[in-house]
Amino acid sequence: MTPFDINKVRSDFPILSEKAYGKTLVYFDNAASSQKPKVVIDALVDYYSTYNANVHRGVHFLSQKASAAFDAVRDKVKTFINAESEREIIFVRGTTEAINLVASTYGRKNIGQGDEILISAMEHHSNIVPWQMLCEEKGAILKVIPLNEKGELIMDALPELLTDKTKFVSVVHISNSLGTMNPVKEIIRQAHAKGIPVLVDGAQSTAHEIIDVQELDADFFTFSGHKILAPTGVGCLYGKLHLLEAMPPYQGGGEMISSVSFEKTTYNEVPFKFEAGTPNIADAIALGAAIDYWNQLDRVGAAKWEMELLKYATKLISEVPSVRLIGTADKKASVVSFVIDGVNAMDAGMFLDTKGIAVRTGHHCTEPVMNFFQIPGTLRASFMFYNTNEEVDALAENLTKAIALLQTHSVA
Amino acid sequence: MSSIKQIEEEIISDFELFDSWEEKYHYIIELGQKLAPLDDKYKVDEYKIKGCQSSVWLNGEERDGKLFFSADSDSTFVKGEIALLMMVLSGQAPEDILDAKLEFIDALGLRQHIAVTRANGLASMIKQMKTYAFAMTTANK
Ligand SMILES: Cc1ncc(COP(=O)(O)O)c(C=O)c1O
Repeated sequence: MTPFDINKVRSDFPILSEKAYGKTLVYFDNAASSQKPKVVIDALVDYYSTYNANVHRGVHFLSQKASAAFDAVRDKVKTFINAESEREIIFVRGTTEAINLVASTYGRKNIGQGDEILISAMEHHSNIVPWQMLCEEKGAILKVIPLNEKGELIMDALPELLTDKTKFVSVVHISNSLGTMNPVKEIIRQAHAKGIPVLVDGAQSTAHEIIDVQELDADFFTFSGHKILAPTGVGCLYGKLHLLEAMPPYQGGGEMISSVSFEKTTYNEVPFKFEAGTPNIADAIALGAAIDYWNQLDRVGAAKWEMELLKYATKLISEVPSVRLIGTADKKASVVSFVIDGVNAMDAGMFLDTKGIAVRTGHHCTEPVMNFFQIPGTLRASFMFYNTNEEVDALAENLTKAIALLQTHSVA
Repeated sequence: MSSIKQIEEEIISDFELFDSWEEKYHYIIELGQKLAPLDDKYKVDEYKIKGCQSSVWLNGEERDGKLFFSADSDSTFVKGEIALLMMVLSGQAPEDILDAKLEFIDALGLRQHIAVTRANGLASMIKQMKTYAFAMTTANK
Protein backbone atom coordinates (compact mmCIF):
# COMPACT_ATOMS: atom_id res chain seq x y z
CA MET A 1 0.00 0.00 0.00
CA THR A 2 1.36 3.41 -0.95
CA PRO A 3 1.28 6.01 1.84
CA PHE A 4 -1.49 8.60 1.68
CA ASP A 5 -0.75 11.23 -0.97
CA ILE A 6 -3.23 14.07 -1.32
CA ASN A 7 -2.30 14.89 -4.91
CA LYS A 8 -2.63 11.30 -5.96
CA VAL A 9 -6.05 10.83 -4.34
CA ARG A 10 -7.36 14.07 -5.81
CA SER A 11 -6.46 12.86 -9.27
CA ASP A 12 -8.61 9.77 -8.63
CA PHE A 13 -11.77 11.91 -8.52
CA PRO A 14 -12.66 13.44 -11.91
CA ILE A 15 -15.17 15.91 -10.46
CA LEU A 16 -12.54 17.63 -8.35
CA SER A 17 -11.12 19.28 -11.44
CA GLU A 18 -14.53 20.58 -12.53
CA LYS A 19 -15.42 24.26 -12.22
CA ALA A 20 -18.45 25.86 -10.59
CA TYR A 21 -19.51 29.07 -12.38
CA GLY A 22 -16.06 29.06 -13.95
CA LYS A 23 -14.40 29.02 -10.52
CA THR A 24 -12.36 26.35 -8.81
CA LEU A 25 -14.85 23.99 -7.22
CA VAL A 26 -14.50 23.50 -3.47
CA TYR A 27 -16.66 20.60 -2.34
CA PHE A 28 -17.41 20.69 1.37
CA ASP A 29 -20.73 18.84 1.32
CA ASN A 30 -19.28 15.40 1.83
CA ALA A 31 -21.53 14.49 4.75
CA ALA A 32 -24.49 14.78 2.39
CA SER A 33 -22.85 12.73 -0.34
CA SER A 34 -19.26 11.93 -1.24
CA GLN A 35 -17.72 12.28 -4.66
CA LYS A 36 -16.85 9.18 -6.68
CA PRO A 37 -13.45 7.99 -7.83
CA LYS A 38 -13.05 7.11 -11.49
CA VAL A 39 -12.88 3.39 -10.71
CA VAL A 40 -16.44 3.55 -9.36
CA ILE A 41 -17.75 5.42 -12.39
CA ASP A 42 -15.91 2.99 -14.66
CA ALA A 43 -17.46 0.01 -12.87
CA LEU A 44 -20.92 1.34 -13.68
CA VAL A 45 -20.08 1.99 -17.31
CA ASP A 46 -18.36 -1.37 -17.64
CA TYR A 47 -21.34 -3.24 -16.22
CA TYR A 48 -23.83 -1.53 -18.51
CA SER A 49 -21.53 -1.74 -21.53
CA THR A 50 -20.34 -5.31 -21.26
CA TYR A 51 -22.38 -7.58 -18.96
CA ASN A 52 -25.74 -6.00 -18.08
CA ALA A 53 -28.33 -8.69 -17.27
CA ASN A 54 -30.65 -9.70 -14.48
CA VAL A 55 -29.06 -11.82 -11.79
CA HIS A 56 -29.80 -15.26 -10.33
CA ARG A 57 -32.41 -16.20 -12.91
CA GLY A 58 -30.58 -16.66 -16.15
CA VAL A 59 -28.80 -19.63 -17.60
CA HIS A 60 -26.97 -17.43 -20.07
CA PHE A 61 -23.50 -15.94 -20.23
CA LEU A 62 -24.34 -12.35 -19.28
CA SER A 63 -26.56 -13.30 -16.38
CA GLN A 64 -23.90 -15.59 -14.98
CA LYS A 65 -21.28 -12.88 -15.24
CA ALA A 66 -23.56 -10.27 -13.64
CA SER A 67 -24.57 -12.70 -10.88
CA ALA A 68 -20.95 -13.51 -10.07
CA ALA A 69 -20.02 -9.82 -9.90
CA PHE A 70 -23.06 -8.99 -7.79
CA ASP A 71 -22.52 -11.88 -5.36
CA ALA A 72 -18.87 -10.96 -4.95
CA VAL A 73 -19.89 -7.58 -3.53
CA ARG A 74 -21.65 -9.17 -0.58
CA ASP A 75 -18.40 -10.83 0.31
CA LYS A 76 -16.49 -7.56 -0.09
CA VAL A 77 -18.92 -5.77 2.25
CA LYS A 78 -18.57 -8.60 4.75
CA THR A 79 -14.80 -8.08 4.90
CA PHE A 80 -15.11 -4.29 4.76
CA ILE A 81 -17.13 -4.13 7.99
CA ASN A 82 -15.81 -7.44 9.36
CA ALA A 83 -19.09 -9.32 9.55
CA GLU A 84 -18.88 -13.01 10.40
CA SER A 85 -20.75 -14.20 7.32
CA GLU A 86 -21.77 -12.64 4.00
CA ARG A 87 -25.28 -13.83 4.78
CA GLU A 88 -25.41 -11.05 7.37
CA ILE A 89 -25.25 -8.43 4.60
CA ILE A 90 -28.54 -7.23 3.11
CA PHE A 91 -28.57 -4.89 0.15
CA VAL A 92 -30.92 -1.94 0.58
CA ARG A 93 -31.27 1.53 -0.93
CA GLY A 94 -29.39 3.14 1.93
CA THR A 95 -29.47 3.85 5.63
CA THR A 96 -33.06 5.08 5.55
CA GLU A 97 -34.33 1.85 4.07
CA ALA A 98 -32.12 -0.23 6.37
CA ILE A 99 -33.60 1.39 9.49
CA ASN A 100 -37.13 1.10 8.14
CA LEU A 101 -36.50 -2.57 7.42
CA VAL A 102 -35.43 -3.24 10.99
CA ALA A 103 -38.29 -1.19 12.46
CA SER A 104 -40.93 -2.91 10.40
CA THR A 105 -39.65 -6.48 10.76
CA TYR A 106 -37.70 -6.88 13.99
CA GLY A 107 -39.58 -3.98 15.53
CA ARG A 108 -43.08 -5.11 14.58
CA LYS A 109 -42.41 -8.58 15.84
CA ASN A 110 -40.68 -7.77 19.12
CA ILE A 111 -41.99 -4.43 20.33
CA GLY A 112 -45.38 -4.04 21.92
CA GLN A 113 -47.63 -1.89 24.03
CA GLY A 114 -45.75 0.05 26.72
CA ASP A 115 -42.31 -1.09 25.51
CA GLU A 116 -39.58 1.50 25.10
CA ILE A 117 -37.26 2.27 22.21
CA LEU A 118 -34.19 4.33 22.99
CA ILE A 119 -32.58 6.69 20.49
CA SER A 120 -30.43 9.79 21.01
CA ALA A 121 -31.07 13.51 20.75
CA MET A 122 -28.74 13.81 17.75
CA GLU A 123 -30.40 11.33 15.41
CA HIS A 124 -31.00 11.99 11.74
CA HIS A 125 -34.73 12.05 10.97
CA SER A 126 -34.32 8.62 9.38
CA ASN A 127 -33.45 7.21 12.79
CA ILE A 128 -36.37 8.96 14.48
CA VAL A 129 -39.40 8.72 12.24
CA PRO A 130 -39.42 4.93 11.60
CA TRP A 131 -39.38 4.38 15.38
CA GLN A 132 -42.09 6.96 15.96
CA MET A 133 -44.24 5.21 13.39
CA LEU A 134 -43.65 1.91 15.14
CA CYS A 135 -44.43 3.47 18.53
CA GLU A 136 -47.66 4.87 17.19
CA GLU A 137 -48.69 1.53 15.75
CA LYS A 138 -47.80 -0.48 18.84
CA GLY A 139 -48.40 1.96 21.68
CA ALA A 140 -44.68 1.88 22.48
CA ILE A 141 -42.69 4.81 23.87
CA LEU A 142 -39.72 6.62 22.34
CA LYS A 143 -37.01 7.63 24.83
CA VAL A 144 -34.10 9.91 24.07
CA ILE A 145 -30.51 10.06 25.37
CA PRO A 146 -29.94 13.80 26.00
CA LEU A 147 -27.15 16.09 24.76
CA ASN A 148 -24.80 18.45 26.53
CA GLU A 149 -23.80 21.93 25.30
CA LYS A 150 -20.83 20.54 23.38
CA GLY A 151 -23.14 18.28 21.43
CA GLU A 152 -22.10 15.09 23.20
CA LEU A 153 -24.39 12.41 24.57
CA ILE A 154 -24.85 12.60 28.32
CA MET A 155 -23.69 9.09 29.02
CA ASP A 156 -24.48 9.41 32.73
CA ALA A 157 -28.14 9.40 31.77
CA LEU A 158 -27.89 6.08 29.97
CA PRO A 159 -28.16 3.56 32.84
CA GLU A 160 -31.50 5.03 33.90
CA LEU A 161 -32.81 5.13 30.36
CA LEU A 162 -32.12 1.42 29.87
CA THR A 163 -35.11 0.07 31.78
CA ASP A 164 -36.90 -3.25 32.00
CA LYS A 165 -39.20 -1.93 29.30
CA THR A 166 -36.44 -1.01 26.82
CA LYS A 167 -36.67 -3.38 23.88
CA PHE A 168 -34.38 -1.71 21.37
CA VAL A 169 -31.65 0.91 21.12
CA SER A 170 -30.86 2.75 17.88
CA VAL A 171 -28.06 5.32 17.87
CA VAL A 172 -25.97 7.23 15.41
CA HIS A 173 -22.25 6.45 15.30
CA ILE A 174 -21.19 9.90 14.03
CA SER A 175 -23.60 12.83 13.97
CA ASN A 176 -24.05 14.39 10.53
CA SER A 177 -24.91 17.84 11.88
CA LEU A 178 -22.44 18.05 14.79
CA GLY A 179 -19.67 15.66 13.84
CA THR A 180 -19.77 14.07 17.30
CA MET A 181 -18.36 10.54 17.47
CA ASN A 182 -20.50 8.62 19.90
CA PRO A 183 -19.20 5.94 22.28
CA VAL A 184 -21.36 3.31 20.61
CA LYS A 185 -19.26 0.45 21.92
CA GLU A 186 -20.00 1.52 25.49
CA ILE A 187 -23.70 2.02 24.68
CA ILE A 188 -23.80 -1.49 23.21
CA ARG A 189 -22.01 -2.92 26.25
CA GLN A 190 -24.53 -1.39 28.65
CA ALA A 191 -27.53 -2.36 26.52
CA HIS A 192 -26.31 -5.93 26.11
CA ALA A 193 -25.83 -6.21 29.87
CA LYS A 194 -29.61 -5.85 29.99
CA GLY A 195 -30.22 -8.06 26.98
CA ILE A 196 -31.21 -5.22 24.65
CA PRO A 197 -30.17 -5.26 20.96
CA VAL A 198 -28.59 -2.17 19.39
CA LEU A 199 -28.64 -0.73 15.88
CA VAL A 200 -25.78 1.59 14.92
CA ASP A 201 -26.49 4.16 12.19
CA GLY A 202 -23.16 4.18 10.39
CA ALA A 203 -24.18 6.53 7.56
CA GLN A 204 -21.45 8.99 8.52
CA SER A 205 -18.94 6.76 10.27
CA THR A 206 -18.29 4.27 7.50
CA ALA A 207 -16.37 6.86 5.45
CA HIS A 208 -14.22 8.03 8.35
CA GLU A 209 -13.62 5.01 10.58
CA ILE A 210 -12.57 1.45 9.94
CA ILE A 211 -15.73 -0.44 10.85
CA ASP A 212 -15.62 -3.72 12.73
CA VAL A 213 -19.15 -4.81 13.60
CA GLN A 214 -17.90 -7.78 15.60
CA GLU A 215 -15.59 -5.67 17.69
CA LEU A 216 -18.44 -3.19 18.31
CA ASP A 217 -20.72 -6.17 18.92
CA ALA A 218 -23.47 -4.24 17.08
CA ASP A 219 -26.62 -6.23 16.42
CA PHE A 220 -27.45 -4.13 13.38
CA PHE A 221 -25.30 -1.69 11.45
CA THR A 222 -26.31 0.44 8.47
CA PHE A 223 -24.55 2.49 5.82
CA SER A 224 -25.32 4.28 2.54
CA GLY A 225 -23.15 3.69 -0.52
CA HIS A 226 -23.34 7.27 -1.74
CA LYS A 227 -21.58 8.56 1.37
CA ILE A 228 -18.65 6.15 0.95
CA LEU A 229 -17.59 6.89 -2.65
CA ALA A 230 -20.21 4.57 -4.22
CA PRO A 231 -23.35 5.49 -6.21
CA THR A 232 -26.72 6.54 -4.79
CA GLY A 233 -29.42 3.91 -4.48
CA VAL A 234 -27.41 1.21 -2.75
CA GLY A 235 -26.49 0.63 0.86
CA CYS A 236 -26.29 -2.19 3.36
CA LEU A 237 -27.92 -3.47 6.47
CA TYR A 238 -25.76 -5.72 8.58
CA GLY A 239 -27.56 -7.88 11.13
CA LYS A 240 -26.39 -10.74 13.32
CA LEU A 241 -27.43 -13.93 11.59
CA HIS A 242 -29.55 -15.33 14.41
CA LEU A 243 -31.51 -12.08 14.58
CA LEU A 244 -32.05 -11.94 10.82
CA GLU A 245 -33.18 -15.55 10.74
CA ALA A 246 -35.83 -14.92 13.37
CA MET A 247 -37.16 -11.82 11.62
CA PRO A 248 -40.20 -11.87 9.34
CA PRO A 249 -39.60 -10.76 5.73
CA TYR A 250 -39.79 -7.11 4.69
CA GLN A 251 -41.34 -6.78 1.25
CA GLY A 252 -42.89 -9.63 -0.72
CA GLY A 253 -42.06 -10.54 -4.29
CA GLY A 254 -39.55 -12.40 -6.41
CA GLU A 255 -36.11 -13.41 -5.09
CA MET A 256 -37.35 -13.49 -1.49
CA ILE A 257 -39.33 -16.70 -1.85
CA SER A 258 -38.40 -20.33 -1.82
CA SER A 259 -41.67 -21.55 -3.32
CA VAL A 260 -45.01 -19.94 -4.05
CA SER A 261 -48.46 -21.45 -4.39
CA PHE A 262 -51.84 -19.88 -3.73
CA GLU A 263 -52.12 -21.95 -0.57
CA LYS A 264 -48.72 -21.27 0.89
CA THR A 265 -45.49 -19.45 0.19
CA THR A 266 -42.25 -20.37 1.85
CA TYR A 267 -39.56 -17.77 2.15
CA ASN A 268 -36.05 -17.87 0.88
CA GLU A 269 -33.21 -17.90 3.37
CA VAL A 270 -31.30 -14.93 4.74
CA PRO A 271 -30.27 -12.57 3.18
CA PHE A 272 -32.54 -13.13 0.15
CA LYS A 273 -35.62 -13.17 2.37
CA PHE A 274 -35.12 -9.40 2.73
CA GLU A 275 -34.31 -8.64 -0.89
CA ALA A 276 -37.56 -8.83 -2.84
CA GLY A 277 -37.38 -8.03 -6.53
CA THR A 278 -34.51 -7.35 -8.88
CA PRO A 279 -31.73 -5.81 -6.82
CA ASN A 280 -29.82 -2.65 -7.71
CA ILE A 281 -27.20 -4.67 -9.56
CA ALA A 282 -25.22 -1.90 -11.21
CA ASP A 283 -24.88 0.25 -8.12
CA ALA A 284 -24.03 -2.74 -5.94
CA ILE A 285 -21.24 -3.69 -8.35
CA ALA A 286 -19.99 -0.09 -8.21
CA LEU A 287 -20.17 -0.29 -4.41
CA GLY A 288 -17.80 -3.23 -4.75
CA ALA A 289 -15.45 -1.02 -6.75
CA ALA A 290 -15.67 1.65 -4.04
CA ILE A 291 -14.72 -0.93 -1.41
CA ASP A 292 -11.75 -1.98 -3.57
CA TYR A 293 -10.78 1.68 -3.62
CA TRP A 294 -10.97 1.92 0.18
CA ASN A 295 -8.90 -1.23 0.45
CA GLN A 296 -6.02 0.14 -1.60
CA LEU A 297 -6.16 3.50 0.21
CA ASP A 298 -3.91 4.14 3.20
CA ARG A 299 -6.90 4.59 5.49
CA VAL A 300 -4.88 5.44 8.54
CA GLY A 301 -3.09 8.15 6.56
CA ALA A 302 -6.39 9.38 5.12
CA ALA A 303 -7.99 9.57 8.58
CA LYS A 304 -4.99 11.48 9.90
CA TRP A 305 -5.30 13.93 7.00
CA GLU A 306 -8.98 14.47 7.77
CA MET A 307 -8.17 15.18 11.41
CA GLU A 308 -5.62 17.79 10.31
CA LEU A 309 -8.24 19.37 8.05
CA LEU A 310 -10.73 19.40 10.91
CA LYS A 311 -8.23 21.01 13.26
CA TYR A 312 -7.21 23.62 10.71
CA ALA A 313 -10.79 24.42 9.69
CA THR A 314 -11.99 24.60 13.29
CA LYS A 315 -9.23 27.09 14.06
CA LEU A 316 -9.77 29.29 10.99
CA ILE A 317 -13.54 29.31 11.12
CA SER A 318 -13.78 29.92 14.85
CA GLU A 319 -11.44 32.90 14.42
CA VAL A 320 -13.84 34.58 11.99
CA PRO A 321 -15.64 37.29 14.00
CA SER A 322 -19.34 36.62 14.78
CA VAL A 323 -19.01 32.88 14.12
CA ARG A 324 -20.15 30.41 16.76
CA LEU A 325 -19.36 26.73 16.35
CA ILE A 326 -22.19 24.27 16.97
CA GLY A 327 -20.85 20.89 18.02
CA THR A 328 -17.57 21.04 19.90
CA ALA A 329 -17.34 17.47 21.12
CA ASP A 330 -13.99 16.15 22.31
CA LYS A 331 -14.21 13.34 19.76
CA LYS A 332 -15.28 14.63 16.36
CA ALA A 333 -15.26 13.60 12.73
CA SER A 334 -14.44 16.08 9.97
CA VAL A 335 -17.56 18.24 10.22
CA VAL A 336 -17.62 21.93 11.14
CA SER A 337 -21.09 23.30 11.82
CA PHE A 338 -21.59 26.94 12.77
CA VAL A 339 -23.90 29.93 12.96
CA ILE A 340 -23.08 33.59 12.31
CA ASP A 341 -24.52 36.35 14.48
CA GLY A 342 -26.85 38.55 12.46
CA VAL A 343 -26.48 36.59 9.23
CA ASN A 344 -28.96 34.12 7.82
CA ALA A 345 -27.14 30.82 7.17
CA MET A 346 -28.70 30.36 3.76
CA ASP A 347 -27.66 33.85 2.61
CA ALA A 348 -24.07 33.10 3.58
CA GLY A 349 -24.25 29.64 1.99
CA MET A 350 -25.45 31.19 -1.27
CA PHE A 351 -22.63 33.72 -1.14
CA LEU A 352 -20.14 30.86 -0.84
CA ASP A 353 -21.91 29.14 -3.73
CA THR A 354 -21.29 32.16 -5.97
CA LYS A 355 -17.59 31.59 -5.24
CA GLY A 356 -17.77 27.92 -6.16
CA ILE A 357 -17.71 26.69 -2.56
CA ALA A 358 -20.28 24.01 -1.74
CA VAL A 359 -21.49 23.90 1.86
CA ARG A 360 -24.86 22.91 3.27
CA THR A 361 -27.21 25.13 5.24
CA GLY A 362 -30.29 24.31 7.26
CA HIS A 363 -31.17 21.73 9.85
CA HIS A 364 -29.46 18.79 8.07
CA CYS A 365 -32.43 16.51 8.82
CA THR A 366 -31.74 16.84 12.54
CA GLU A 367 -34.36 19.33 13.67
CA PRO A 368 -34.24 18.22 17.32
CA VAL A 369 -30.53 19.14 17.41
CA MET A 370 -31.35 22.63 16.11
CA ASN A 371 -34.12 22.97 18.68
CA PHE A 372 -31.71 21.96 21.42
CA PHE A 373 -29.28 24.71 20.42
CA GLN A 374 -32.22 27.08 19.77
CA ILE A 375 -31.10 27.89 16.25
CA PRO A 376 -32.97 27.50 12.96
CA GLY A 377 -30.03 25.84 11.25
CA THR A 378 -26.30 25.93 10.67
CA LEU A 379 -23.81 26.25 7.87
CA ARG A 380 -21.97 22.99 7.64
CA ALA A 381 -18.65 22.26 5.98
CA SER A 382 -17.88 18.55 5.95
CA PHE A 383 -14.55 17.23 4.76
CA MET A 384 -13.31 14.13 3.02
CA PHE A 385 -9.72 12.94 2.69
CA TYR A 386 -9.51 14.55 -0.76
CA ASN A 387 -10.01 18.10 0.60
CA THR A 388 -7.09 20.46 1.20
CA ASN A 389 -5.98 23.23 3.53
CA GLU A 390 -6.05 25.65 0.59
CA GLU A 391 -9.75 24.89 0.19
CA VAL A 392 -10.26 25.61 3.88
CA ASP A 393 -8.42 28.92 3.39
CA ALA A 394 -10.82 29.79 0.56
CA LEU A 395 -13.77 28.99 2.81
CA ALA A 396 -12.56 31.13 5.70
CA GLU A 397 -11.64 34.02 3.44
CA ASN A 398 -14.99 34.05 1.65
CA LEU A 399 -16.87 33.58 4.88
CA THR A 400 -15.32 36.81 6.13
CA LYS A 401 -16.44 38.53 2.92
CA ALA A 402 -19.94 37.13 3.23
CA ILE A 403 -20.24 38.46 6.75
CA ALA A 404 -18.96 41.88 5.73
CA LEU A 405 -21.60 42.05 3.01
CA LEU A 406 -24.52 40.57 4.89
CA GLN A 407 -24.12 41.60 8.49
CA THR A 408 -24.35 45.39 8.20
CA HIS A 409 -27.89 45.48 6.93
CA SER A 410 -29.49 42.27 8.00
CA VAL A 411 -32.30 42.09 10.48
CA ALA A 412 -31.31 41.16 14.00
CA MET B 1 -47.86 53.27 -13.11
CA SER B 2 -46.55 50.81 -15.67
CA SER B 3 -48.34 47.55 -16.22
CA ILE B 4 -47.17 44.32 -14.66
CA LYS B 5 -45.97 43.10 -18.03
CA GLN B 6 -43.96 46.29 -18.66
CA ILE B 7 -42.25 46.13 -15.30
CA GLU B 8 -41.42 42.47 -15.85
CA GLU B 9 -39.79 43.42 -19.17
CA GLU B 10 -37.77 46.15 -17.47
CA ILE B 11 -36.48 43.79 -14.80
CA ILE B 12 -35.57 41.22 -17.43
CA SER B 13 -33.55 43.80 -19.36
CA ASP B 14 -31.84 44.95 -16.12
CA PHE B 15 -30.80 41.37 -15.49
CA GLU B 16 -29.38 41.07 -18.98
CA LEU B 17 -26.53 43.26 -17.74
CA PHE B 18 -25.38 40.49 -15.44
CA ASP B 19 -23.51 37.59 -16.84
CA SER B 20 -22.84 35.66 -13.69
CA TRP B 21 -24.75 34.22 -10.80
CA GLU B 22 -22.45 36.16 -8.52
CA GLU B 23 -23.57 39.48 -10.00
CA LYS B 24 -27.21 38.52 -9.75
CA TYR B 25 -26.71 37.45 -6.14
CA HIS B 26 -25.16 40.79 -5.24
CA TYR B 27 -27.93 42.69 -6.99
CA ILE B 28 -30.63 40.75 -5.16
CA ILE B 29 -28.85 41.20 -1.82
CA GLU B 30 -28.71 44.93 -2.51
CA LEU B 31 -32.44 45.00 -3.26
CA GLY B 32 -33.02 43.11 -0.05
CA GLN B 33 -30.98 45.56 1.96
CA LYS B 34 -32.91 48.48 0.50
CA LEU B 35 -36.36 47.00 1.11
CA ALA B 36 -38.41 49.41 3.23
CA PRO B 37 -38.74 48.10 6.79
CA LEU B 38 -41.94 46.43 7.83
CA ASP B 39 -43.87 47.83 10.74
CA ASP B 40 -43.17 45.63 13.78
CA LYS B 41 -46.87 45.06 14.34
CA TYR B 42 -46.90 42.86 11.24
CA LYS B 43 -43.98 40.75 12.38
CA VAL B 44 -46.24 38.26 14.08
CA ASP B 45 -47.38 34.78 13.19
CA GLU B 46 -50.56 35.99 11.54
CA TYR B 47 -48.51 37.56 8.74
CA LYS B 48 -45.82 34.92 8.61
CA ILE B 49 -45.08 32.61 5.69
CA LYS B 50 -42.78 29.87 6.85
CA GLY B 51 -40.24 28.69 4.31
CA CYS B 52 -37.74 25.91 4.64
CA GLN B 53 -34.76 28.01 5.67
CA SER B 54 -36.24 31.45 6.19
CA SER B 55 -39.37 33.21 7.30
CA VAL B 56 -41.27 35.97 5.55
CA TRP B 57 -43.76 38.42 6.97
CA LEU B 58 -46.08 39.93 4.40
CA ASN B 59 -48.83 42.53 4.66
CA GLY B 60 -51.14 43.82 1.92
CA GLU B 61 -53.10 47.08 2.09
CA GLU B 62 -55.68 48.68 -0.17
CA ARG B 63 -55.26 52.30 -1.24
CA ASP B 64 -57.40 53.89 -3.98
CA GLY B 65 -58.40 50.55 -5.41
CA LYS B 66 -54.82 49.32 -5.63
CA LEU B 67 -53.05 46.75 -3.50
CA PHE B 68 -49.78 47.68 -1.78
CA PHE B 69 -47.47 45.20 -0.12
CA SER B 70 -44.89 45.50 2.60
CA ALA B 71 -42.74 42.65 3.84
CA ASP B 72 -39.67 41.50 5.69
CA SER B 73 -37.62 38.32 6.05
CA ASP B 74 -34.80 36.99 8.19
CA SER B 75 -32.93 36.32 4.94
CA THR B 76 -31.57 39.25 2.97
CA PHE B 77 -31.69 37.25 -0.24
CA VAL B 78 -35.34 36.42 0.30
CA LYS B 79 -35.97 40.11 0.98
CA GLY B 80 -34.41 40.79 -2.40
CA GLU B 81 -36.77 38.31 -4.01
CA ILE B 82 -39.68 39.99 -2.26
CA ALA B 83 -38.45 43.36 -3.51
CA LEU B 84 -38.54 42.02 -7.07
CA LEU B 85 -42.05 40.69 -6.61
CA MET B 86 -43.14 43.97 -5.05
CA MET B 87 -41.69 46.01 -7.91
CA VAL B 88 -43.97 44.07 -10.20
CA LEU B 89 -47.09 43.62 -8.08
CA SER B 90 -47.25 46.30 -5.41
CA GLY B 91 -49.53 49.18 -6.37
CA GLN B 92 -51.37 47.21 -9.05
CA ALA B 93 -55.09 46.53 -9.30
CA PRO B 94 -56.08 43.30 -7.55
CA GLU B 95 -57.54 41.84 -10.77
CA ASP B 96 -54.20 42.33 -12.52
CA ILE B 97 -52.33 40.78 -9.61
CA LEU B 98 -54.59 37.75 -9.79
CA ASP B 99 -53.98 37.44 -13.54
CA ALA B 100 -50.21 37.92 -13.37
CA LYS B 101 -48.30 34.92 -14.69
CA LEU B 102 -44.97 36.27 -13.44
CA GLU B 103 -43.01 34.67 -16.25
CA PHE B 104 -40.13 37.05 -15.55
CA ILE B 105 -38.93 34.80 -12.75
CA ASP B 106 -37.94 32.14 -15.24
CA ALA B 107 -36.36 34.70 -17.56
CA LEU B 108 -34.00 35.88 -14.80
CA GLY B 109 -32.18 32.56 -14.74
CA LEU B 110 -32.58 32.20 -11.00
CA ARG B 111 -34.62 29.02 -10.85
CA GLN B 112 -31.68 26.67 -10.41
CA HIS B 113 -30.41 28.68 -7.45
CA ILE B 114 -33.71 28.94 -5.69
CA ALA B 115 -35.04 25.58 -6.79
CA VAL B 116 -34.30 23.32 -3.89
CA THR B 117 -35.15 25.27 -0.82
CA ARG B 118 -36.79 28.39 -1.93
CA ALA B 119 -38.80 27.82 -5.03
CA ASN B 120 -41.35 26.72 -2.46
CA GLY B 121 -40.86 29.84 -0.38
CA LEU B 122 -41.22 32.02 -3.45
CA ALA B 123 -44.33 30.14 -4.52
CA SER B 124 -45.88 30.68 -1.09
CA MET B 125 -45.12 34.40 -1.25
CA ILE B 126 -46.79 34.70 -4.64
CA LYS B 127 -49.71 32.69 -3.39
CA GLN B 128 -50.07 34.93 -0.36
CA MET B 129 -49.95 38.07 -2.53
CA LYS B 130 -52.65 36.63 -4.74
CA THR B 131 -54.69 35.73 -1.69
CA TYR B 132 -54.65 39.37 -0.63
CA ALA B 133 -55.70 40.35 -4.17
CA PHE B 134 -58.51 37.81 -4.18
CA ALA B 135 -59.77 38.99 -0.80
CA MET B 136 -59.80 42.56 -2.11
CA THR B 137 -61.75 41.72 -5.26
CA THR B 138 -64.39 39.78 -3.35
CA ALA B 139 -64.67 42.45 -0.65
CA ASN B 140 -65.28 45.10 -3.31
CA LYS B 141 -68.05 43.21 -5.07
C1 LIG C 1 -26.44 10.09 10.29
C2 LIG C 1 -27.29 9.79 9.10
N1 LIG C 1 -28.23 8.85 9.18
C3 LIG C 1 -29.01 8.55 8.13
C4 LIG C 1 -28.90 9.20 6.94
C5 LIG C 1 -29.82 8.84 5.80
O1 LIG C 1 -29.11 8.27 4.77
P1 LIG C 1 -29.76 8.02 3.34
O2 LIG C 1 -30.43 9.30 2.97
O3 LIG C 1 -28.61 7.69 2.47
O4 LIG C 1 -30.72 6.89 3.48
C6 LIG C 1 -27.94 10.20 6.80
C7 LIG C 1 -27.82 10.94 5.54
O5 LIG C 1 -27.90 12.14 5.45
C8 LIG C 1 -27.13 10.51 7.92
O6 LIG C 1 -26.19 11.46 7.84
